[in-house]
Parts: sequence; structure tokens; C-alpha cells
Amino acid sequence: MATPAVLTHPESLKRPAGPSEYAKHPVNTALSKKEKAALYTKMARIRHFEQRCIRIYQQGKIGGFLHLYVGQEAVAAGTISLLGKHDHLITGYRDHGHGLMVGMSMNECMAELTGKVTGCSQGKGGSMHYFAPDKNYWGGHGIVGGQAPLGTGLAYAVKYMGLKGSCLAYMGDGAVNQGAVHEAYNLAALWDLPIIFVVENNGYSMGTSQERSTAHPGCLAKRAEGYGMAWDVINGHDVYEVRAKTAEALKRAHEESKPTVLEIFTYRYYGHSMADPDKTYRDKEEIKEYRDQKDPVLLFEKELLAEKVLTAEQVQAINEAAMAEADEAAAFADASPDPTVADITKHIYWEEDNRGPKTTSRGTIIFE
Amino acid sequence: MPVISYREALRAAMREELKRDEKVVIMGEEVAQFNGAYKVTEGLLKEFGPKRIVDTPISEAGFIGLGIGASMLGIRPVMELMFWSFSYVAFDQIVNNAGNIRYMSGGLINCPIVIRGPANGGTNVGATHSHTPEAILASHPGIKVVCPATPYDAKGLLKAAIRDNDPVYVMENTILYNDKGEVPDEDYIVPLGVADVKRVGTDLTIVAHGRAVITSLKAAEILEQEHGVSVEVVDLRSIRPLDEETILASVRKTHRALLVEENKPFCGVDAQVAYLIQSKAFDELDAPIHRVSSIDAPQIYCKRLEDQQLPDVNRVVREALKVLA
Ligand SMILES: Cc1ncc(C[n+]2csc(CCOP(=O)(O)OP(=O)(O)O)c2C)c(N)n1
Ligand SMILES: [Mg+2]
Repeated sequence: MATPAVLTHPESLKRPAGPSEYAKHPVNTALSKKEKAALYTKMARIRHFEQRCIRIYQQGKIGGFLHLYVGQEAVAAGTISLLGKHDHLITGYRDHGHGLMVGMSMNECMAELTGKVTGCSQGKGGSMHYFAPDKNYWGGHGIVGGQAPLGTGLAYAVKYMGLKGSCLAYMGDGAVNQGAVHEAYNLAALWDLPIIFVVENNGYSMGTSQERSTAHPGCLAKRAEGYGMAWDVINGHDVYEVRAKTAEALKRAHEESKPTVLEIFTYRYYGHSMADPDKTYRDKEEIKEYRDQKDPVLLFEKELLAEKVLTAEQVQAINEAAMAEADEAAAFADASPDPTVADITKHIYWEEDNRGPKTTSRGTIIFE
Repeated sequence: MPVISYREALRAAMREELKRDEKVVIMGEEVAQFNGAYKVTEGLLKEFGPKRIVDTPISEAGFIGLGIGASMLGIRPVMELMFWSFSYVAFDQIVNNAGNIRYMSGGLINCPIVIRGPANGGTNVGATHSHTPEAILASHPGIKVVCPATPYDAKGLLKAAIRDNDPVYVMENTILYNDKGEVPDEDYIVPLGVADVKRVGTDLTIVAHGRAVITSLKAAEILEQEHGVSVEVVDLRSIRPLDEETILASVRKTHRALLVEENKPFCGVDAQVAYLIQSKAFDELDAPIHRVSSIDAPQIYCKRLEDQQLPDVNRVVREALKVLA
């Protein structure tokens, strides 16, 4: 096996999970109680939204692929909670958590899953293709690694326009072996682009463990060295640590216009997608261990209880509210209409959808 | 009117658009310091500087994808591919990303990107460098494809492409780069989706695009001189959108059609045009539709044979006479 003897993992991951070593980091102490509670609420909302999706999928209302984010909540929550006006993000197909974090509503997210016209993409994208450009969220992309060059382009545009901003381009641990990702790394480093490549390392690409897919020098982030990029490894079960280390990368992007690769160690509780029976490549004990010891939502909950930011009653109320919101979203999706047959041929071309004095193209563009 | 080359016409289009809109950026391999692999972008770096004219590494998936991402935020990149043949390593970006994002986002995002470069055989460079992917790409809703045959159209179509808010892929031809023609100095565009009758005739319609137009015009001359036949040549200029009306109007007049293109025969642009004619003007036809395409094989290296693999004037004349028989 190509796995090196010395693994470069986050220090905090080498010890049993306890109170966060990053609670005192300025980026976290800067949070008010209200902001901390809001961050926890967002993580709980992702958790309950995803779990509600399972039921709807099992009822046969969600088609295609459904990749759940359960277990990985602290990654999207920690990173996105830091973003400002000119910070953009783009990810792969495991994209619900990011969508909810940027402020997409459960309703539009759920309706998209069931292919309804009230969905964020009017039923044209599905689970893997959420978009909210008004919230700087550029998708939701189904081809592994294909979003990395796009994210690099978003960072390029931010820099071109002279804005102090960045792009966070997320991908999985399997995606790092795509050529497009390496091309993006090279361009980002070559042109000093304000981008953070966030590798959400959940240990598996579908049913292939990282050991079986990837030759690496101790960790995946270290590949950045080949391009002269900064990198870091992060314990993705601890939202405070995610925030603390991502903040440094953001600073690098904002102040120096330099790229970073962050590898965030995380874990997914369910199969790769709902189509994965999850029986062949990992044992139940492993999943149980993560659930019991390293659950990012529970760990943050404990943290906030200890900090007296939240009471047990408040925690319960937050979770109940999130469940109720997911229920309402399910009902909303149920009650929403499908797109029409006429809708099939809309949103293909800007020029067709915006015919007017400013458009010049003519001729037949949609064929019989 | 000034007479300039196809290459200069393309450059003029870029210069004018660079001046008109500061969001326009030229990007590609060797476009800046080297002045362009075919000198299409010659002098632009000097005039506009390195922010607007950007040399990229040999990394088509990376830089084309970057251009598409930048276009989502409102930059208007004009990307040069050294050959459209190299688009194949960036196919995911070109098709899945540029072509689908508007649709998958329910119209929230658009990609106003232009990708341009030569797509032609006939240059003795072998199979990997001689692809003509206009039909492949035009078969994807969400993508627009144009193929200028003359300097006038090269400038007008490229300017229209740069102003268009959808992805437009401009397929040029290295053999045409030195062709000269009248090109106005002033601002004009050739709208996408408007074909051009390059020669008026009454007995036979030839539909062609790209360099096949030039070949067809030469054949039409011979057909007139030596066979007394009056041929109309319709230059598609734009593959998608497609000017169906101009094709049909010509066929309704001549009642006979020959389709000429430099693509390989299987599912070429002519397949779409032939379908159109038979479905909308079947009763107008006095003879079956014929076509001339490249001989169906990977592009051969040997120059003598490659010239015969491509549609040449003789083959077009021969096939025209069959349609007229
Ligand atoms: C180019 C491409 N190849 C294969 C697939 C099928 N596929 C979808 S997700 C996936 C695994 C990716 O794993 P990873 O990058 O670790 O992300 P994760 O699913 O763990 O979030 C595969 C093989 C795809 N969507 N795109
Ligand atoms: Mg993975």
C-alpha cells in the first residue's frame, strides 16, 4: 500500500474527543451567545432536514441520487459561518448542508428534491444541483471534481473585479484524484487566486476507502506542497476548530490573495447515497464509534451546554423546531405542483428567455 | 471598404470588444507574449496589458473551467483553444458546466463565455489535431456554435458571440486565416442564427458551413461555366441557432439540395439539415438530397490523401450533377 507510515492528521483527532481546544480562539470568542446558538441551530437544521429526506426518499418521492450530509455538518457550518459579502462557494453533489448554511429555505430545498416547480432550481436540478447565486452559492455539481475549475474562476473573477473576497471550493476525498482538481490547484497557485480548496475527507469515495484510492504523502492536503500552496488539516467534528483554521485560510485569501488547501476530517453516517446498502466496505462498529464519540452536532451541543450558552430545554426546543420545519418543508413539497411540459424547454438559453431589444440571435435554437 | 484577412478580422472583433467592455478578457495558451499560436491575438497584449490578455498553462480543463466560473460572476472571457481538437480534454467543462448550469439552476445563472479557435482538417497534422466538433457540441441544448467562412462573418459573428449571454463556441479554420475580404471598420455584428446566401441560383441549393462554403462556391462557378447550372450557395454561418427559414426558402426555389461539410458523415450537421428539408419541404423536392462530407476515417496524415478525404471541388461538382440528373 502506498499509504505512508507517518500520517499527517489533525492533532486534536489523535486524542479522545473532549472540550474543544479551539473554543478560546479569537474567531470563536468573538461570537456572541446568540451567534453561537444560531450556529448550533443551523447544524441541527441540516441534521433534521437530511433525516427527513430519508423518509421521503423511502416513500418514493425523491428520484435519482440522494447524498446525505449527516455526520459532516460541522464542515459546512464552520466554514460558511465565516463568509462575508464577497466570499463565494461551490461544491459537489453532497450539497444540501451548504445550501441550508447559506440561507436557502428548507422549502425550496425539499421541493427541489421532489422535482417540484417551487424548488430552488424549479425542479430542474435535483439533489445534486442546488444553486443560490444571490447567496453566493454556485452549486451543487454532479461530476466529481468538475467544480474545482469553476471555483477557481469565481476566485479569479473576485480578484479581477478588485474585491476583497474569496471562493471556497469543496470536494470529497475521492475528488482529489481528478485531473481537473490538479489543474485548478496549479492555476490557483500560479495566479495567486483567493481560493480555499476544502477537501471534505469522510474516508470513503463511494465504497472505496481512502487507502484504496489515493497515494499521498501523509494526508491529502499535503499535495498542496507540490504547487507551493499553504495547507492545513482540520478535525471536522469540532466546529470551533473548523472555524479557527478556516479563518486563517480566509485571511490568506483576503489579505494576500493566496490559495490554501484545507483537508477537513469528517465522516458520513449513511451510505454514499441512498442507493448504497452500505454493507461491503466498512463495519457497523466504525459508524457507531463516530456517532457515539465524534458526532459534530452532539459535541457542539455539549460545548454550548458547558459554556451555558444553551440550556437542555433550549437544545430540545431547537431540535423540535428544526424537525417541525422539515415536516413543513415536506408538506410544502408535497403540495407543490410539478413543472409543466412547457417548462422543459425554458432556462436553456438566456437569450431565449429574455427576448427583447437587447437580444440579437435569431433562428431555431430548440429543435423538434 | 478595407480589405483584411480572416485573422485580422477576428483580431479586430476582439480589439473592439475589449475596448467596449472592460469585463472582456482574452485567455489561452500563447495568446499574450507569443502573440498567439496563429497570431490571431497579435499585439493585443501590448495594447491592453496582462490583466486583459492572459497566457494560460497547457491546462484546458483548468483554464476553460476557470473561464466558465468567472463568466458566472459576470466576466466575459474569450478563451482561445489552440485547436478545437484539444477541447476534448476539457469536454466536461465545456458541456456539463457551461452547457448545463443555466438549466440546472432554473435560469438563475448564465455563462457568457466564448471559446474560439480552429476546428479543421486539411493541414497535414494527423488525426488528433483535425477534429471538427461543431455537430457534437451543437447537439447539446444550452450551447451555441458558429462557423464563419469569410472575414466579414468572422468579425461579425465573433462580436455577436462576445455580447451574447450564453456560451458560444466559435469554430474557425486555419486554412482560412489568410483569406482576405471586405470588412467594415465600424461596429457591426452578424447575428447568430442568420444564414447568408453567398451565391444566388435557381437550379440547386448547396448548404454548407465553414470552409465547405468556399469549396462550394468554387464548385458552383464550375457548374455554371461548364454545365450551365445555376447554383445557390447557402452559408449556415451559425449551426445552433440554425436559420431554417433561409434553407427552406432556397430549397423551395431550386427544388434540389446538396449538403456539403467537412465533418465525417455520421450525424454531421447535414443530418439535421436533411431532416429539416424532408420534414418541412418534402413536396418541394424533385430529387433525393445528397451530401458530401469527409471520407469516414480518422484524419489521414498524408497530405495528398487528406486533400481527397476532405470535400474537394471535384467531388462537390460530381455529386451536384447526380442531384441534377
Ligand atoms: C467524473 C465522475 N466519476 C464518477 C462519478 C460517480 N461518483 C459520484 S460520487 C463518487 C464518490 C466520490 O467520493 P468523494 O470525492 O470522497 O466524495 P463523497 O461522496 O465522499 O462526499 C463517485 C465515484 C461521478 N459523479 N463523476
Ligand atoms: Mg469521501
